Amino acid sequence: MTAIDQIRDTITKNDVVLYMKGTKDMPQCGFSSRVAGVLNFMGVDFADVNVLADADVRQAIKDFSEWPTIPQLYVKGEFVGGCDIITEMTLSGELDALFTDKGIAFDKDAAEKIRAANV
Amino acid sequence: MRVVDEIREKLAVFRPELLQVDDESARHAGHAGARPEGQSHFRVLIRASQFAPLSRLERHRRVHAALGPELLARIHALALEVSD
Repeated sequence: MTAIDQIRDTITKNDVVLYMKGTKDMPQCGFSSRVAGVLNFMGVDFADVNVLADADVRQAIKDFSEWPTIPQLYVKGEFVGGCDIITEMTLSGELDALFTDKGIAFDKDAAEKIRAANV
Repeated sequence: MRVVDEIREKLAVFRPELLQVDDESARHAGHAGARPEGQSHFRVLIRASQFAPLSRLERHRRVHAALGPELLARIHALALEVSD
């Protein structure tokens, strides 16, 4: 299976996937850490793919999404954005709306807490 | 040319009302991707009316395209805030 096939398979089989540097329990980059932290705090069940563990996937995910940076968040097979976009969407409530729309379970109170702490 | 100036020059194409490019490399010294000579971590704040009709993803894609793959490959980290 090519790296691109692997990516298609992963984002099809998992509702929420974060391509990141490191793992959700041990991120190895500040930007990856921030997005994984938001998802963890919001209680979202997500798959993490450590691009540092696979050079082919690291390049392939950038080609696949036509996006030059890591982390990259996918929801129901669709690319949502990187660290800046996810941060903006978290603070604006758009991420809540997206999860609700796509039927992804998350802790609304936790999301409100993030917003309250970042006004 | 400094990377900050290269970024400024390439983003001028959007005729921004606001363009702020900060080299934050010093704050990341010693981190993965940081280079001894600096110029690795940047923060860009850009406001241009032509971004108004575009989605967040599309705005960022336009900025990435304007910077180009060669410059992006030299930058380790780019924090981007795009508004209209």
